[in-house]
Amino acid sequence: MWEALHFEFMRNALAAGVFVSIACGVVGTLVVVNRMVFISGGIAHAAYGGIGMALYFGISPLIGAGVFSVGSSLIMGAVSLKSRHRTDTIIGVLWAVGMAMGVIFVDLTPGYHVDLMSYLFGSILAVPKSDLYFMFPLDLVIILVVLFFFKEFLAISYDDEFARVRGIPVNALYLLLFCMIGFSVVMIIRIVGLILVIALLSIPPYIAEKVTDSLGKMMVLSSLFGILFTVIGLWISYRFNLTSGAAIILVAGAGFFLTLALDRFSLSDQSQNAEV
Amino acid sequence: MGIPAIEIKDLWFAYDRIPVLKEVRFTLQQGDFMAIIGPNGGGKTTLLKLMLGILEPKKGTIQILGRKPRDARERLGYVPQSTDINLTFPISVFELALMGRLSRSRFGRRYSDEDKEKVAALLKKVGMWDYRFWPVGNLSGGQRQRIFIARALAVEPAILFLDEPTASVDREFETGLYEILDGLNKEVTVVVITHDVGVVSRYVKSVACVNHTLMFHEEGKITKEMIDMAYKCPVDLVAHGLPHRVLPEHEGE
Repeated sequence: MWEALHFEFMRNALAAGVFVSIACGVVGTLVVVNRMVFISGGIAHAAYGGIGMALYFGISPLIGAGVFSVGSSLIMGAVSLKSRHRTDTIIGVLWAVGMAMGVIFVDLTPGYHVDLMSYLFGSILAVPKSDLYFMFPLDLVIILVVLFFFKEFLAISYDDEFARVRGIPVNALYLLLFCMIGFSVVMIIRIVGLILVIALLSIPPYIAEKVTDSLGKMMVLSSLFGILFTVIGLWISYRFNLTSGAAIILVAGAGFFLTLALDRFSLSDQSQNAEV
Repeated sequence: MGIPAIEIKDLWFAYDRIPVLKEVRFTLQQGDFMAIIGPNGGGKTTLLKLMLGILEPKKGTIQILGRKPRDARERLGYVPQSTDINLTFPISVFELALMGRLSRSRFGRRYSDEDKEKVAALLKKVGMWDYRFWPVGNLSGGQRQRIFIARALAVEPAILFLDEPTASVDREFETGLYEILDGLNKEVTVVVITHDVGVVSRYVKSVACVNHTLMFHEEGKITKEMIDMAYKCPVDLVAHGLPHRVLPEHEGE
């Protein structure tokens, strides 16, 4: 593995993996405890519309994805705050319409688009250094925002009604969270592609939640799990020449099922002890 | 008497078309201890959420301590009905109780040592101090309820609202809770939704019966009309600690 680090693309890939895992750990934890996993999936797929549009107009796909991702996350955020029961419909619509727009724009764009697969399944090995200059500050902003408003995020995630009675600007904080999800999704698309965003955003926090009892520790632990999964996945992808995004997700998936199995095992262990 | 704790005039509320509450009006003075009784689905919790500013009335006005509920809510403590939301949520007993010290003015700042000391004292008061590091999801319903009560008290409220606070606690704590509320009532106005007409009648000063409309009795007596309106069936009552029957038994609907 170490000789691979002589290549600049490999060093960039590792750095990108670490940066994305940190964003995933922090934002993903809030996504999981607020039950917004499906919303994040919708945001990721809606972002495809932005990618197609950017290709058509000849601007950076990252910008297109960013605008669509943050825009759709704010729409979904506003809808979910206004009428909770209609949220899933809006998610589904934006999900599908975003994808369809992307496909149509790509159709309309002349030329051959081999690169598009990299947005569907990610291309961590092709991350240029310039992307890192976007990921690092984003991580920093996310960490600072969450640190600053930690007790408020904890409160609205656990019991938003009580937080509201305490005069906390619950809606504004939720929209801030949706913004962070939108930006993180753009980062994650680079690594594992928009189809696999949900997995990287939800699996590490899910595993972390099993082993910890505080929101802060959950964020740190899921960042570490994310780093572990991306590094192992990256190595497998390099060693066996496999699609990196899919390899990373399969490693995370293996971690997920291992946790489930261990959980079961320890539960039956406990009930046996209880019987004795 | 000063500013009333609660003043409601001609209040109407509906979630969609069918009104849940209509023509509700009453005035509650500060220092009162009011029980809200009534059947399930009669609008008790809705009325509470309106007074807390969580819901907005369709018609009519609510004044809490002379202001709109939204402007007064920093001085309101609230114990919600169900405490079994989010049982897998990674939060400790102490963190949950600390939420009572949240406020708009200290938005984005850490909890102070004073906050922590106040919450510690309250957790001791409700008998949950030994569990302070426990995850909330690992506790029993009654234990959780105590923490939610500590959280509401941590607000240091002028008015304390409780929505069926004794639904899942044991009898022993139920009496203990009303003793605590009774003590608090020297400074704090208490409004409690309850089904336990018997236990509560020893402590309350006034009673409101809610079944889409509201009937208010300032002397804490539960009248026959109230019960008729509320339950439409015979109810045994034990009033003011004396085990005597207040109401004659009567036929159901």
